[in-house]
Amino acid sequence: MSILQKLLDRKLAWFGLSLIAIMLLVSLFAPQIAPHDPLAVDLMKKLQPPGATFPLGTDHLGRCILSRLLYGGQASLSISLIVVMFTTSISLLVGLVAGYVGGKVDSCLMRLCDVFLAFPSLILSLAIVGTLGGGIGNLIFALIATHWAGYARIVRSRVLSVKESNFVQAAIVSGTGALPIMIRHILPYTLIELTVLTTLDISHVVLHIAGLSFLGLGIQPPTPEWGAMINDGREYFRRQPELMLYPGLMLFLTTLAFNLVGDVLRDVLDPRMEQQMQVKTLKTKLENG
Amino acid sequence: MKLTNHYIFRRSLQLIPVLLGISIVAFLLLQLMPSDPAVVVLRAAETPTTPEAIADMREKLGLNRPLLIQYVDWLWHVLRLDFGQSFVTGKPVLQEVMNYLPTTLMLMSCTIMLIFIVSLPIGILAALYRDTVFDQVSRLFAYVGVSMPSFWLGFLLLYVFSFKLGWFSVISRGSIVDWVLPSITLAFAPAAVYARLLRGSMLESLNQNYVLYARARGLSERLVVLQYALKNALLPVVTVFGLNFAHLLAGTLVVENVFALPGLGRFAVQSILNRDYPMIQCYVCLTAVLFVGVNFIVDLTYGYFDPRIRFGKQEL
Repeated sequence: MSILQKLLDRKLAWFGLSLIAIMLLVSLFAPQIAPHDPLAVDLMKKLQPPGATFPLGTDHLGRCILSRLLYGGQASLSISLIVVMFTTSISLLVGLVAGYVGGKVDSCLMRLCDVFLAFPSLILSLAIVGTLGGGIGNLIFALIATHWAGYARIVRSRVLSVKESNFVQAAIVSGTGALPIMIRHILPYTLIELTVLTTLDISHVVLHIAGLSFLGLGIQPPTPEWGAMINDGREYFRRQPELMLYPGLMLFLTTLAFNLVGDVLRDVLDPRMEQQMQVKTLKTKLENG
Repeated sequence: MKLTNHYIFRRSLQLIPVLLGISIVAFLLLQLMPSDPAVVVLRAAETPTTPEAIADMREKLGLNRPLLIQYVDWLWHVLRLDFGQSFVTGKPVLQEVMNYLPTTLMLMSCTIMLIFIVSLPIGILAALYRDTVFDQVSRLFAYVGVSMPSFWLGFLLLYVFSFKLGWFSVISRGSIVDWVLPSITLAFAPAAVYARLLRGSMLESLNQNYVLYARARGLSERLVVLQYALKNALLPVVTVFGLNFAHLLAGTLVVENVFALPGLGRFAVQSILNRDYPMIQCYVCLTAVLFVGVNFIVDLTYGYFDPRIRFGKQEL
């Protein structure tokens, strides 16, 4: 409760949270708000400037840009939520087991993490999607494969430090089983880091999806998606820079919102994490486009 | 000296499982392919895909052997830098890849230069004028930097500076000017973040006793800041920079595609669109090995400079 209170004391958090709320609501209610069908092609009305019927004009296939923008978040936001759910559970599992059990299990799991961390995530996911072929399932698989390892590592280091604390040692001495210790005593202490990380990571996954779609390998047309819209607008951007300006702006605002909230959360939960988080954010940002 | 050698040796040993893992992932990547490689090769060579031709090709490519044998054979070739032939051009893959490497390296060097030119003064000034408007602006810069999709930023820069102002030509290649916009795009986020990191560590070192002592000795403020505070503040930032260096390589992927630079990243996307699997495999392998290699060198350098790392913890 007090965490929420502290969070709401910050102006930046309010700004970020309301942006996130707007984005979610817009994506959720896109069918109700959008003035046109985002997939309706009308070649007679292509590349129209903003006007009464098309508030932001039309793209190269005569589709309403505003409607496509409103629908654009649906796919990437829902995919990133799924991906983050999976990566969080996998990294919790791997991190807890590696950190608590230790020994050979730990070093095996950590070497596995090392291998996955050795591939820059955009490059590996590009290769996976490229060989498997497009499609949402493959995209989700590629995203999970490239995102879990970093978090597993962070959870593990947290588990290692919690494991040394007196209450865990006391639980071990009093004969509590490994599973209850992990779940009841250690897990709650890893959740803080994980909350911050997942908030920040949603923005990275959204960027990652947009980057892949921009390269033509993420969400496939005609599904409206911001990164893909920028790619579509490439050829016409001399004549109509709006085609790229608006989707990019939506993308920017979404990532900004999650980054702001993640940053304030980090500040509220654990101010000492600042530098670590900044570095981590930069790393993932660079890797994801 | 002996200890340092021992450290290098120990660290190199740790690399082996990771490199093996990388090779396994890269090898398995091709196994993920939904279509038969023999068919892909035949199609690329524009040979009719009759059952006999496919069977012949499978035999020729060694696809009928057990997976493990195939892997060992592949690894043996890779260790001798033989990544096979491109499905499209028929030339050795590594030779093709090397053609694209200089562009990517050039882009990275320009970017690194830019990062230092921008983040050093911003970081120092933000620390000196803490909580002023300038400090707030640099903070905003960091938020914007990490939230800005680089492909969008690239196009915005192209639009404003190439089309509207006409400062940079869109097509011509060959002079240093061509690298300005791509490296700004790539340097934007890291410059913003390193400026923040430098500010933080500057604030810390400005509070140290040796700075107080330098001031008490009546040294000029300029000397105190640059010689005493900055020198010590730089070390943690440079550490982070080194460890993140390899991540820039991933960033080039998008930037090269925005600016149509003939580098590794653009070539990788083209190979994927062409379904030229050996090229993709080589690219993935190469980036991962570069990544691990750079981190290894960075690690060693810090071990050299900071003995605590050499003797201390292995995992971080």
